[in-house]
Amino acid sequence: MAGLAAAFGSGAMTNTIEDIGVADVILVTGSNTTENHPVLSSVVKRAVRFKGAKLIVVDPRRIKLTGFTNLWLRPNLGADVAWINGLMNVIINEDLYDKKFVENRTEGFEELKKAVEKFTPEKVEEITGIPARDIIEAARLYGKAKAGSILYCMGITQHTTGTDNVKSLANLSMLCGNLGIPGGGVNPLRGQNNVQGACDMGGLPNVFTGYQPVTDFDARKRMEEAWGVTDLPDKPGLTVTKMIPKAHDGELKALYIIGENPLVSDPDLNHAEKSIKNLDFLVVQDLFLTETAQIADVVFPSRCFAEKDGTFSNTERRVQRIRKAVEPPGEARDDWAIICDLSSRMGFPMPYENSQAIMEEISRVTPSYAGITYDRIEHVGLHWPCPSIDHPGTPILHGEQFTRGKGLFHGIDYIPPDERVDQDYPVYLTTGRVIYQYHTGTMTRKSEGLNECAPECFIEISPQDAKKYNLDNNSLVNIESRRGQIKAKLMISGVAVEGTVFIPFHFAEAAANRLTNAALDPVCGIPEYKVCAVKLSKAA
Amino acid sequence: MEAQNSITINGNEFLFEPGDTILEVARRNDIDIPTLCYLKGAAPRGRCGVCIVEVEGQDKLPASCSTLAANQMIVLTESPKVIDSRRKTIQKMLSSGNHNCAARGSDNRDWTAFQLNVQQDDKSDQLCPVWGDCRLQDLAYRYQISATGMPGTIVEYPMEDVNPFIVRDFSRCIMCGRCVAACREIQVNDAIDFGQNKLSNKIIAFDNKTLKDSDCVFCGECVQACPVGALVEKDVRYRVRQWETRKVRTTCTYCGVGCQLYLHVKDNKIVKVTGVEGVAPNYGSLCVKGRFGYNFVDSPERLTTPLIKENGEFREASWDEALDLVAERLKGIKEEYGSDSMGVLTSARVSNEENYIANKFTRATLKTNNIDHCARL
Repeated sequence: MAGLAAAFGSGAMTNTIEDIGVADVILVTGSNTTENHPVLSSVVKRAVRFKGAKLIVVDPRRIKLTGFTNLWLRPNLGADVAWINGLMNVIINEDLYDKKFVENRTEGFEELKKAVEKFTPEKVEEITGIPARDIIEAARLYGKAKAGSILYCMGITQHTTGTDNVKSLANLSMLCGNLGIPGGGVNPLRGQNNVQGACDMGGLPNVFTGYQPVTDFDARKRMEEAWGVTDLPDKPGLTVTKMIPKAHDGELKALYIIGENPLVSDPDLNHAEKSIKNLDFLVVQDLFLTETAQIADVVFPSRCFAEKDGTFSNTERRVQRIRKAVEPPGEARDDWAIICDLSSRMGFPMPYENSQAIMEEISRVTPSYAGITYDRIEHVGLHWPCPSIDHPGTPILHGEQFTRGKGLFHGIDYIPPDERVDQDYPVYLTTGRVIYQYHTGTMTRKSEGLNECAPECFIEISPQDAKKYNLDNNSLVNIESRRGQIKAKLMISGVAVEGTVFIPFHFAEAAANRLTNAALDPVCGIPEYKVCAVKLSKAA
Repeated sequence: MEAQNSITINGNEFLFEPGDTILEVARRNDIDIPTLCYLKGAAPRGRCGVCIVEVEGQDKLPASCSTLAANQMIVLTESPKVIDSRRKTIQKMLSSGNHNCAARGSDNRDWTAFQLNVQQDDKSDQLCPVWGDCRLQDLAYRYQISATGMPGTIVEYPMEDVNPFIVRDFSRCIMCGRCVAACREIQVNDAIDFGQNKLSNKIIAFDNKTLKDSDCVFCGECVQACPVGALVEKDVRYRVRQWETRKVRTTCTYCGVGCQLYLHVKDNKIVKVTGVEGVAPNYGSLCVKGRFGYNFVDSPERLTTPLIKENGEFREASWDEALDLVAERLKGIKEEYGSDSMGVLTSARVSNEENYIANKFTRATLKTNNIDHCARL
């Protein structure tokens, strides 16, 4: 999100889901949309099939959406900046960019122009493996669109250059004047039900709710007043990817984990496991005794979505209600109630009658949520920013001007991935999800039907690579990186690209993240899940 | 009133926009034309013959879902001719398979023999699994139709229940095509279609395979679209009746799309999930996880009490004991090592309110900004 925030001043999906349906051209990259956001993928498919929209898919794997596309670009892993710069190179050289928009709404164009100059289609073909003519065709298609929508997901962000990748997409969209209009935008698809909300609500080390910086004196004063406290810390805290090494070094003593399972989801799991075990005190609050909860000192049972009232904010910034449908098991409690009770015992009482009372406080301290009340979202959710009680919400961001005023172009150079294949580890590994499972599987693997459809881990490999390494379909294979090793069944598939294997990360017993690289994006601290080097051998 | 944009339905004049169908104009004005195969969001087919209306000056009764409103058109939606035609259509459907509700007929001998046959096919001694939740049954009651004396048809294709989610009961399929439209035009998964030639009376997955071996991804859009008992959730069939449940509207807990769904609850247990139609962002659509991934909620593995680890083993504890312990330990660590020696991972899985409280607790109680969640992971 740091990439979009730097370019626009606000890091969220700029347009709505429904709005994708009115785009002339849709560019999907780093998102296996049909598997990870199936219902949203239908909007894309309908636009292509029935409304004449053109689809460009940029993805190394032959994902399902490639069956709907006019143009499928298949880049080498981690070469995103190069192909995006290549598109802009063509768009500028062929004069396809939106001069009026660039002049009136943006700054930094000269810097961008200079940066993309050397990314000629031929040069880009060298770096990315995408034929030069396809770069030109994609550039023309997107450049000439009246409204072009860009959709992306973790395939763009989970790189050491994740922030650069996102800034590059923002560049491309601004260059063609695709912001603030229906059917346009730069749209990061959120993978979890309330990632957007967790960010909005100050679940980040550098901001309070509504992205008010903790370093901002006025913001701190407002919060201190609202909360009745003094001396709120003014230094940004640690991201999760920095907390883990600090735990390893013994500087972080206590960790309180709510509904997350880092012992399956973190990169370079062997290292993460050692680090978390090194803590003096670990508290986990969850539905199940997850891999992470098992090593906790205290575990609190919490309620699931069907057992509580509240709100989630979806990927298009729409705040929607959740409602209690069933009684929780045993003594399980609302996550907020547990924390409030704990806070009282630590000397700072946080009494609330119910979740609605908490939302009322959120509205008071968060300008972008100021107009959101349970009454208003009873039937249909509202898109933030919704600054007042009579404001209709904001489906499309950056209409008249960007959150930061003018949109900022960033001139960005291509940097290769942190780890590259070599003699010892000759194959690339990339990770992701499958449709029947979800994240670390704590929920889906306890739903029999879903588990029946996707019961175990697998290594997806191209027929060429299977032959090259003499591996049989369905056989058990060792896969090893510099950090760890797992065993899984081999699945020979036309989806895989030669030179790269794919593993879903849902399965704790064969956790893909034992292999992945914890090298981080220097700005936002996201790990490079999508690229690392591995080797394969027959399992004994 | 603009002369070229006016249509008369049942004696009342209404305006319309060019391109509106008769059905759309009627619905907008609260005139209830019954439909069966019509599926919002998909191209109208005019296939089933239920939504037909009488148009002055025309002999044939056109389907209102696929006939455009025209200037000066005079339409009757419940004329004797319309009702007669609708009755015949519904009666034919009702007699076409294992529609063993009371509407099927009450001729004693016929009824018993028919029921016994259906029971054998169903391997159940209950009435139709969607009794009381069936569009065809509703229409039969509305138009007071029974299929008494009509010859029953032979069930040609065996029931398919080899996948974990959906039972396909061809004996109750009326070939309305809603499932095909749902699959091809709404979800665009292209998994099922009308059969050809010898299979023209069957909805098939590609190559007449089972759903399990087809391109089907079990989104269940077809089940939600099915107006009869031909497509039913496996866990619901003969286990749950609609009138035993209550519906609670909420937001899906899986990906970030935020689909609006109904949890159908029976005896404090979620027994079925359906998409909320007509509302953004999903307009009734769901995916396999949203529709069928709810069993974790009442999993026996759910945590039910606080746990405290002692000598490497967990033991159950009261809330008071566990909360006091955590409060004491955190206070101790804060005093000894300072606030920044502690961190909180809040969650992209829990609510806004809960994230807000975690943020407040971390910053105001622990006095550190070490809070994050797994957005990056």
